[in-house]
Formats: sequence, C-alpha cells, structure tokens
Amino acid sequence: MSMIHVNTTVNGDEVDFVCDPRETLLDVLRDRLSLTGAKEGCGTGDCGACSVTVDDRLVCSCLMLGAEAEGKSIATIEGMATTEALDPLQVKFIEYAALQCGICTPGILIATRALLAKNPDPTEEEVRYWLAGNLCRCTGYDKIIRAVLDTAKDLRADAGEAR
Amino acid sequence: MYSTKYHKPASIADATAALTAGEDATILAGGQTLLATMKQHLASPSDLVDIRAIDGLSDISADGNVLTIGAAATHTAVASSAVVRDVCPALADLASGIGDPAVRNVGTIGGSVANNDPAADYPAAMLALGATIVTNTREITADDFFEGLFSTALEDGEIITAVKITAPAKAAYAKFPQPASLFALVGVFVADGAGGVRVAVTGAGEDGVFRQGAMESALGANWSAGALDGVAASQDGLMSDMHGAADYRAHLIAVMAKRAVSAA
Amino acid sequence: MSTGIGARVKRKEDKRFTTGKGKYTDDIRNDNQAYAAFVRSTHAHANIKGIDASAALAMDGVIEVLDGHQLTGDGIGNIICGWAVTSKDGSPMNMGAWSALATSKARYVGDAIAVVIAETQAQARIAAEAVVVDYEELPAIAHVMKAMAEDAPNIHENAPGNLIYDWELGDEALADAGLASATHITTLDLTNNRLSPNPMEPRVAIATYDDAEEHYTLHTTSQNPHVARLLLSAFYQVAPENKLRVIAPDVGGGFGAKIYVYPEEITCLWASMRTNRSIKWTSDRSEAFLTDAHGRDHVTTAKMGFDDNHKIVGFKVDTVANLGAYMSLFSSSVPTYLYATLLSGQYNIQNLHCNVRTYYTNTVPVDAYRGAGRPEATYVMERMMETAARELDMDPAELRRINFIQTFPHQTPMLMAYDAGDFPKILEMAQDAADIAGFAARKTEAAGRGKLRGIGYSTFIEACGLAPSQAAGSLGAGVGLWESAEVRVNPVGSIEILTGSHSHGQGHETTFAQIVADRFDIPIESVSIVHGDTDKVQFGMGTYGSRSAPVGMSAVVKAMDKVEAKVKKIAAHTLEAAEEDIVIEGGQVKVAGTDKAMGWHEVGLAAYIAHNLPEGMEPGLKETAFFDPVNFSFPSGAFICEVEVDPDTGVTEIIKFTAADDFGTIINPMIVEGQVHGGVTQGIGQALLEQVVYDDDGQLLTGSYMDYTMPRAADIPFFDVSHHETPSPNNPLGVKGCGEAGAIGSPPAVINAITDAIGNNNLAMPATPQAVWRAIQATKSVAAE
Repeated sequence: MSMIHVNTTVNGDEVDFVCDPRETLLDVLRDRLSLTGAKEGCGTGDCGACSVTVDDRLVCSCLMLGAEAEGKSIATIEGMATTEALDPLQVKFIEYAALQCGICTPGILIATRALLAKNPDPTEEEVRYWLAGNLCRCTGYDKIIRAVLDTAKDLRADAGEAR
Repeated sequence: MYSTKYHKPASIADATAALTAGEDATILAGGQTLLATMKQHLASPSDLVDIRAIDGLSDISADGNVLTIGAAATHTAVASSAVVRDVCPALADLASGIGDPAVRNVGTIGGSVANNDPAADYPAAMLALGATIVTNTREITADDFFEGLFSTALEDGEIITAVKITAPAKAAYAKFPQPASLFALVGVFVADGAGGVRVAVTGAGEDGVFRQGAMESALGANWSAGALDGVAASQDGLMSDMHGAADYRAHLIAVMAKRAVSAA
Repeated sequence: MSTGIGARVKRKEDKRFTTGKGKYTDDIRNDNQAYAAFVRSTHAHANIKGIDASAALAMDGVIEVLDGHQLTGDGIGNIICGWAVTSKDGSPMNMGAWSALATSKARYVGDAIAVVIAETQAQARIAAEAVVVDYEELPAIAHVMKAMAEDAPNIHENAPGNLIYDWELGDEALADAGLASATHITTLDLTNNRLSPNPMEPRVAIATYDDAEEHYTLHTTSQNPHVARLLLSAFYQVAPENKLRVIAPDVGGGFGAKIYVYPEEITCLWASMRTNRSIKWTSDRSEAFLTDAHGRDHVTTAKMGFDDNHKIVGFKVDTVANLGAYMSLFSSSVPTYLYATLLSGQYNIQNLHCNVRTYYTNTVPVDAYRGAGRPEATYVMERMMETAARELDMDPAELRRINFIQTFPHQTPMLMAYDAGDFPKILEMAQDAADIAGFAARKTEAAGRGKLRGIGYSTFIEACGLAPSQAAGSLGAGVGLWESAEVRVNPVGSIEILTGSHSHGQGHETTFAQIVADRFDIPIESVSIVHGDTDKVQFGMGTYGSRSAPVGMSAVVKAMDKVEAKVKKIAAHTLEAAEEDIVIEGGQVKVAGTDKAMGWHEVGLAAYIAHNLPEGMEPGLKETAFFDPVNFSFPSGAFICEVEVDPDTGVTEIIKFTAADDFGTIINPMIVEGQVHGGVTQGIGQALLEQVVYDDDGQLLTGSYMDYTMPRAADIPFFDVSHHETPSPNNPLGVKGCGEAGAIGSPPAVINAITDAIGNNNLAMPATPQAVWRAIQATKSVAAE
C-alpha cells in the first residue's frame, strides 16, 4: 500500500507524519501522534467524541482523512490549556462538574469553544442545538449547558472590562 | 488488501484525469457519507479525488438574481453567506439545519446533491427552485438530475462544479427530522420561483425527492397556507420504515408544506 | 471551604478529563500490539456447518484465525449466569450453553464464531470478512411473544418451549381475593421497550500473555474488575487468579453494560496465549449495538383493585421477559428479584402477586441496564396509579397519598423491608417545585397556542446497595455482594483508600476522599483513591446497583473505624492520656480539653517508626474491612413531568422536569445532582426516543446512531432537582445510593404527562412523534363516533 507524507500543524506545533490514505485524522492523532484526547465513540460522525478543529472549524476527526490535514492547523483538547492556565471553559466545566465519565468531554469542550469563538452570547437553545453532534450519556447535558452559558457570560464581562 | 490513492488536484482537468485513470475512483467532496461508507467496507475506492482545493470551486456569487454556489461550498458557507441570504434566504436556512455543526463545516452542496440521499435536504431545494446543476461538461436541470435513490444523471468521471439558482419570489423549507439521524423524515421546500410554484418533498419518497403536484396547483392558485387545507398528500410511493409509516409521512408532508408556506 | 460530607467539592478527576489526559483502555497500546476482529454470525439462528479461514489466513498481516472448537478444546469454559432462579414448580432454570466462540450453532446476529488476529486493526477487520462460515439457516425468533408459541423453533436443547423459568412471588390467592373484593379494578397491558445501554466509550479489551511467567494481564472496560477475574478464573478456566491481573483504568460509562465478562475478553486472553502476542480488541459502535447486553424488554399485564376508600386491595402482575439468546451474568435476577420485589412501590399493599416467565429469543442477551428491574416495576406501578386516578376521577397525587406507606420500617409482602422515607414530604416538595397550582393556567395558555399540555407523576422506591450477601445467596445469587476497603495511612499522614468499588463516571475519587477528609479532618488533597486493578486492590465486588455509597463507602467507614481506634491508642500512649479522651480534629490528634496534641502526620510517623508504640501493638497504620449490608437501602423519589405536545406532528417537548429525591445522607450534592440529571435523561430517552428494533428474522434494524435515537442536548430541559434526607439506618453513613433513581422513576412520569396531554391513555414507549400522533388520531376518531 502506498503511504503518504503529510505536513501539518497540531496545537501550534509543526508536525509531519506518514499514513495510509484511508486513515482518518482521528487514527492519525491517536495512533501516530499519541494524542489520545480525542476519542472514537462511533466512527460515523454521530457522537462528536472525536471533535477537533481544523483551521478553526469544528469537525469530526473520524470523518476526515489524515491526508486532508496537509497544510492545515489542527487543534485538539491537548492544546486547549496553556502551560499556565486552563481554558475558561475547562475551569467552568470543573466548577460545575459538567462531566462524569469524561469520554465525551474533550469533544464537548472543543465543540463549545468553537461555538463561543463564533457566538460569544449564545442562548440556551443555541448551545443545545450546537451540541446536536455531541452525545453525552452521563450528564443529561444540564451542567454542560449551564457551564457554557456561564463561561460565555464571564468572557463577555472580561471583554467589556478590557474595553 | 486493497489500497487507495489520495489525490488533491488543483484543477478540474487534473481531477477528471485522476477520476478516469483510477480503476474505481471516486470524488471526495466532504466525505461525511463516503468515509463512513468506506469504514463499513461498503465502498472500497481505488482513488479518492479530493476536489476541494480546486480554484473557485468553493465560491459563492450572485449575478443579478442568479446565485451560483460552487460545488465545494460547505453547508456552513452556504448558511452564513450574505449573498445566499440576500438572493435565497430559504436556502441559507436549509443549510443551517443540516445535521450538526461538524457535518455542516465539512459536507458540501455538491457532495450532497451528487449523493442524492433520499432523506437529504438539498435535493428538495434544488427541485423546488428549479436549480441548474453545473458539471464540468454540461448543465443539467434539477428535474432531469435526480433520478432515484442515490441515483443521478451524472456520468462516470463527471464532476459537479456548481449549482445555479434563480432568486425565487418566495421560498421556505420546513423539515421534520428523523430523530436519530437528523436527516429529513419529511422535508418540504416550497418556492415560487423560476420553475413556477413548486413543492418538493424529501425524506418521504421511495424514489427520493419528488414534486407534490396537488399542492403546487393549490398554491399556484392561491399562495397561502390556507390554500393547502384539505389538500392531502397521497401515500402512494411513500416510504414506510420504523421511523415513519407512509400515512404518517403523508400527514407530515401536509403539515410541513403549510409551515413552509407560512414561513416563506 | 468544607470538603467533608455534604460539600460541593469539585471533582478531583476532572482536571485530567478536561485536558484529554484521562487514560482509557483504548488509549493504551502495547509494544508489539496485535489486533483482534471477530467473525460474527450474520444469521439470527443457524447451524454452523463449517468455517473456512484459508482466504483470511492468506491476507496481509494476518497472524491467526481461531474458532470455537479450538477454544473449547483448550478447556475454556462456557459463559454462565450467576444467579440461579427456581421455577415455581421447583425446577431449576434452563441455562443454555454459551461458548465464547460458538461451535455448532449461532443464536443471534453478532454471535461470535471465530476471531482473526492481525498486525493492525484494519487488517484484522478486513480479514474477518474473508472468513467463510457455512451456515444452515434455521427459523428465528426475535420477539418474546413468539418465543412461547407452540410451533416456535427451539433455541437451546435444554429449554423446551424456549422457557427459562416460570417464577412467582407473593400470594396469588390473597391477591385474587383482594381483587374480588375491589369496587374498582384497573387493568393495563404494558410493554417495557428494549434498550441499548450505549456508554459513549465502547468496550475494549487488551489481553497480554507473558509466557515466561505464564501470566495474563487484561486491561478492560469493566465496572468490576475483581468479578471479571473471578469469572475468568473460576468459571472460564482462562488462568488461576494469581496468574491473571485485571485492570479497568478510566472507564467511559457503564450503565450495566460493562458488568459482564463477554466473549471478547475471554477470547482475547486465550488468543494472547495461543499467539504469544498482546491482543487488542476495540468494539466499534455497530458491534456495541450487536453485542453489548441490552436492557428491559418486558410484556406485562397488570390488574389493580381499589376499595371504596380508594385503597389498593389487590395487585396482580403477569410479566413475560425476553432474555435474548443466552443467559447473561445477572439476567435471571433482573426480571425477578430486582423487579417483582419492588411492585409494592411506595404503597401499603398487602395482597400482591407477580408471575414472571422468561424466554430465549434469537437476540443479543438482555441483562441489567441502569435501574435493572426497578424501572420495569416502577413503570408498571406508576402507570397503574395514574390510570386508576383517571378512571376514579381523582387527583393522581391524592390517590398516591391515600395509599402511601407512612411508617418505617415497613415489611412488604414481596420480601423487602423498607428502611426509611417520607413519601408525602417528597411529593409535596415536588408539587411545590413544579408549581402544580399554576398548571391549569399554563394548560389554557398552551391551548391558545394550539399545544396540548399535560402533567404526569411518578412516585417510586427502589432497592439499592446490592446486597446483603446471605439474603442474596438464599435467593440464588452465586456470589456475596459485600464490599471491601483498605485505608492506608502513609508515614507522612497522607491516605490511600483502596476500594473494590469502581468509578466510571460517578466521581468516587472525590466522594470517597470526602468521607475520609471529613472523618479525620485532614485536607482532601492528602487523600487518594486506588481502584480498578486486581493487583493493587484487595478483592471487591465492583460498582452496579447504586451500591458504591451504601456498600463501598460503608466498608471505608468500617476500615476508618479501625484506623481511628489505633490512632487513638498511639496518641494516648504518646501523650500519656486515656484513649477515650483523645479527639481527632483540625489535623491534630489531641487530648480533649488540653493543649496536648500530636499532628495527624506525627501519629502516622509514630506508627511506622515504631520506636514507641503501646506494648504488643503491631507497627504500621493500615486497616482493611469488609462491609456486608444487613439490608438493601431504599432511595425514594417523586418526579413530575410537564410536557407540551404538538397535535399536528405528535412532537413532545418536555417543558419542565422536577425531581425530589430521598437518597438519605448526601456526600456531594453537585455529584448527586449529576447522577439524577443523567438518570432522568436516560429515562426520558426510554420514554420518548430509544428502542432497539429487530425485524422478524432477527436482524438488528437499529444498529447505529442513524437509527437508534440517543437523547441530545436539545431534547432535554434543565432539571429542577431537590433532596430530602431521611438517613438509612442500615449503614454507618445513612446513604441510600443515587445512581439509578433518575432512570427508574422518570419513564412513567413522561408517559403519564403525555397521556394526560392528549387524553388517550393507550400509548407505549417510546412515545415517538408518530406514536403520539397516532394516539391523538385514535382519540379523535373515538370522539367522532
């Protein structure tokens, strides 16, 4: 089989890897780059456990080829916190216990960060519909939605102060 | 074990060459259906021809009242395009309701139209709006394009490059999602546009998207939700599965058609 | 801020989970890893005439293909059901043989027939498709009501008529007499829909054989690694216990589906020995739908009689349950001892009888899924109560109140002795929170918008804290259901708790630490929880049946009692005081009323330095305890669901869901709320969305998320959750367990609300838009007549 060589950026670092053309981005992240934060919950793009962003767009890494990462910038859960601090969403998820088993959590954090980047003031309904592709079997979503809305509120307040 | 080659041509000519050269080559336009199918080993293409890097293929533009959407425009791009909002807001609304955000960020209009899933949203819009499907070799009217379940007028090696839509006077889409997949259990696109008054139904037909003639006549005479009172959708040719029997789907066609007309 | 009992302590595990650093089984990849893929039956029922693996063996990367004859030839034992239920005629249950790899016959679509071991997962999966199985197709049964038909094909030779057992509980003559005396009888036919548990992490097994040591290590997605090891050793003959280590690291949800040892774990261990490779198997989601044990699947007829005062005078229940193609580990107990025993609900009912028949079908085995038997009992009970109230033209809350048990302990005629509760109180709390008084106005307002608004109750009780070992044993359980704990105080005073409970989302690393921090008044950061590894932790029974708090934590408390006694002895000796004067507070061990004190860490150090211990005292500060509960615990709750139905489409929107629960003592309200939210959501899923569907040939139609509807964020409202604490007298913390209540109580509340809204009581779960729309049409056609 013919392997292909891909140059990309993952969490700000330039990375290159060799993969089978049929290998998904999720497989590449987990098996070749040892970034196991993104999970495979279904493999069919329905559960969102594998969510990452590619050039700031939310995608299911299980429905994207590793080959498609060429020249792109990938962000995974491993890059969400800086060495100094957790992302505000991570902080709020912990504060609310907006997670239980943790398997869907990386995907939900990546997805909700993408939402807040696009819409800093979402309604409850907008958050719920945005998460149409992220299944959580443990939490009933209640604390997740509250944590996201509260994070958004804090970020808006911070932005207001900064102005 | 089979192997697959990945191509990322920069031009339609290169894409066509790769498609023709491959033993069982297929276009990768977004992959939200194709990759899942490949994983289940239901498709084993020899070559994947990723058309998204082709110059201009993702462009959205308007020339007067004619909207041209490049085949590689994602659902998100269509949903958030000011041009689409201006010329045909119903189409932007439809795109914003496809699947979930991740699917919308990757799935493309060309991929959806070419796949012609009987429960996909776009085919209803194309048919109702009397859209033109533009390929590398010709232009095909939506009426001629959608031939049945997962079946279109596309020939081997033919690549959709854009869809063209003339601004309708009125249009709206109302979808009743199949709760598991979020595809349409019944989706109704109503339009008073280039092809006249049209009502196109997706999700419900055994042969895929179709036009609802009785409703078109009623709306042609009087464009109002009330005009659809008593205009029942026939159950003939409608799908029955665990998510909805034909009679329920027929009922939903009537309900969704009225809601679409009210929204238009 | 307090970190003790009752505090909203942030979860210790969440930093790793929110940063993607959780370590789940699938995140592990051993050196020289090989991968397994299973050849699975494509027929629901077929004789296996032959297996041709030659094409697969010739494929790239394929190491080995192994089948059931080789497996049984190596002495691997059949998979067992661990709870013996006896039929009412005294005959034992008819347990059919279940080999990890089927040898002569496949009994459901997905039944494992052979395994392919290859260098990569992709190679293994493709090669598995190349293994040719020669089937002789047999007629199949997918639905339980067809399994009992005269001419039904026989699935197991030793189960004539596919009957597994015909069992009863209660006094039928009394129940009949009660019904005969009734002035009103309510009758209902109910189906409890079949569900797929769907933890978001699929099952994974990594089996690694060390030929030098003849030792096996299994990393697996288990709720109870010790139970898994016991089964793999004692029953499946994979290896003796001392040669088998089972590790369940971070596990991504269980809900019952990860209690059991499945064919895949057994096969991977055995194949690791056969190939001398570490073997990894990761279920994909479609395999999960095909092979993870399903839940529920009951068909029930119930009759309830009332006297003139609206008191229940007789209750008879007849249930048929589908156990699938084989008897899974706890399958026999779910529709019997976890179901019929709870049919008294929150009510004082003296004349009660339940008959249960279970059958084989050509479907995946059915076993415990969150709630396990108790949701089925609650559904029967609470649909009956709401229906009876409507028939009697009574307020459904009032009918419940009239029949509530008022005093505790309360012995039901169904074996259970309820420990504590205050049913009127939690009902009142729920009614207040749900603003029952304002409902009529809300219904009118909704009608103005063309919507049908309805409200439904569910007041329920469950038995948790599985289980008193002797009682369980007398009812047929093959194991004791105690729990163990070791409290290890280190020389510097930090503490490790080794528990047999297993956390797969419940937050034990936090709550178990809270009870220790509370008891010894030390920082919660200095307490760590060790679990999930049979080499590290003493034998324990694991987590299911809401048992970790009432049983697992109780074992920790017992071990802490011993630690405290020793600490006091050491301090008394060092400080030259009487033991009874020693108190532990503020990080110190002190003589009460004096300034004589040792730091907590100094006591630990003294215990290990051992220079100056009381005479005869062993050095060290580490204690083990086993807690065997004297009774179940009985959490109770009152749920109220308010819905709005769109009559044009049949779509139900849950407007408000109110839960007032009594879990006894609450350790961490934030975590308890989360358990309620998640449980109620699964119950809403059962009531509105979820349904496993097999066609008549036994092919699974709901094999992916495209067809099996999981609750999404937009399907679910914010919840109103409140608590009333009547401590359980049967364990030292007074806790009752909270993991299952939401899933147990919610389905009837939802269905009661919808049927109230649409004015048609004839509505089955899941109440999909189509089903609700049909029920509305039926009402219309009745009205038109």
